[in-house]
Amino acid sequence: MTANSILSRPVYGTLSPQPGRNHLFVADAEGAAAILDMAKAAPKGFFADAHIIFVPGDTGAHYVEALKSLQAARFYEGPSTAAALPRLRQTLATAHMGLRIYLAGTEGLIGLAMQAAMEAGFDHASIQTEHRGSLARRIQCVHCKGITENVTTQPATCSHCGLVLLVRDHYSRRLAAFQGVCINAEDPTEIPQAEEIFR
Amino acid sequence: MSAGTSKIDVTVTDVVTVNELVKRFHFRRADGQLLPTFSGGAHIVVEMRDDDRTRLNPYSLMSSPLDTRDYTISVRRDDTGRGGSLFMHQRVKPGMGMVISSPVNLFSLDLRARKHLMIAGGIGITPFMAQTSQLSGDGSNFELHYTCRTEALGTYADVLRARYGRRIHLYRDDQGERLPLEQLLASQPLGTHLYICGPAGMIDWVRRTAAEAGWPDDTVHFEHFAAPQPGKPFDVTLALSGKQIHVGEQQSLLEAIEAAGIDPPYLCRGGVCGQCETKVISYDGKFLHNDHWLSEEEHRSGCKIMPCVSRFDGKSLVLER
Repeated sequence: MTANSILSRPVYGTLSPQPGRNHLFVADAEGAAAILDMAKAAPKGFFADAHIIFVPGDTGAHYVEALKSLQAARFYEGPSTAAALPRLRQTLATAHMGLRIYLAGTEGLIGLAMQAAMEAGFDHASIQTEHRGSLARRIQCVHCKGITENVTTQPATCSHCGLVLLVRDHYSRRLAAFQGVCINAEDPTEIPQAEEIFR
Repeated sequence: MSAGTSKIDVTVTDVVTVNELVKRFHFRRADGQLLPTFSGGAHIVVEMRDDDRTRLNPYSLMSSPLDTRDYTISVRRDDTGRGGSLFMHQRVKPGMGMVISSPVNLFSLDLRARKHLMIAGGIGITPFMAQTSQLSGDGSNFELHYTCRTEALGTYADVLRARYGRRIHLYRDDQGERLPLEQLLASQPLGTHLYICGPAGMIDWVRRTAAEAGWPDDTVHFEHFAAPQPGKPFDVTLALSGKQIHVGEQQSLLEAIEAAGIDPPYLCRGGVCGQCETKVISYDGKFLHNDHWLSEEEHRSGCKIMPCVSRFDGKSLVLER
């Protein structure tokens, strides 16, 4: 699913229940299915200390009832990742060691939630991740530094400065973004055909 | 040969009796220069030339990393050990010249941590002396929980309390005081790292309790104070150098290899760093593995041994040295 092309390109796993006192899940869209699959292997009472933050987006509304039926101590459904992040940061700010974090869904959601967890002092290697759903990327233009969300094409146009960018596998955990580099610097009149490859 | 380190000629500038079991030794460079920079948790290997034999024992540096005019170590007397601590206690006097290795750190602080939670048992306090100096120097958040048998054997507890006040928590066995480990681990803010140094049983207990409470492995750091244990003598064939050696009761396999004029790599001499890992070519007998480096599977395989702390009991052992 995600070939390990260069070292910084994130590699995702499969969610599995970890020992811990509290469990925090953050998922979007099809990421809900990863939580539901993990729940089948979870010990009894596992979700009694769990908090689920879910952003259904355009394709995940039909998972909401199934997620609620896990009877997590807290369940939050948000209209967008941006809307859910302050809640995540608030939760992390008052959390204690013993909290385990599980992220599932699109790379953009996993990256942003991981960035928030790292800012709260959590090590990225201790976070469970599982990629599900869209391959759309969050990219940073290396020229103007603007972030463009949900990039599905190669090349892509920077939504800030308008340069045509080669979307690289080079990834920054700090920025939670892939790198976009001008693809036609020598001859700006040459505009390669954009193909939709990160669906 | 110690991998990547060099030897330093030093002079013993002071020997201080701290309590009935512990003495402190101060070293300065013989040439008057500053000693190498080190970070809290580092150890040095001290060469002890005891008549016809040389012992090389690792000791944590306990002086402040912010001051490299001298290095300080504390040695707990072990009357049943192989004699290294007795040599330090009985033979080392101020003014004496000694040789030490450059410092090596196998128990370093993770400076990304939001908070450092330290748990010490007995003489396991020494690396924390240096680490607390380092952390207080840059205003970092730390807390030290220290278990000891009696107040008098709570070595440096008075110094630490005077320096850091309420950051220091002492638990005295003879007063029935117990470290409330589960509550302590449950109340730490996200981003806390845990450091443990002390007896093996305490390290195992704290690591197990932390793992069950959901502390990720990356946040748990520990240092075993594993001095080589004496044991039954045994004979070894060193295949590459074509030598037969005898490992005495009070000698480690690594020391016996060195005494035969072979210079294997080492760093910690305590079974944790992996430098002296040696391949076994053949054996007939039983390994007495005492290291924390090889996996259980490797221990069972009979293919590798850590000569700094592990021994052998049997008819024959051939090593790739």
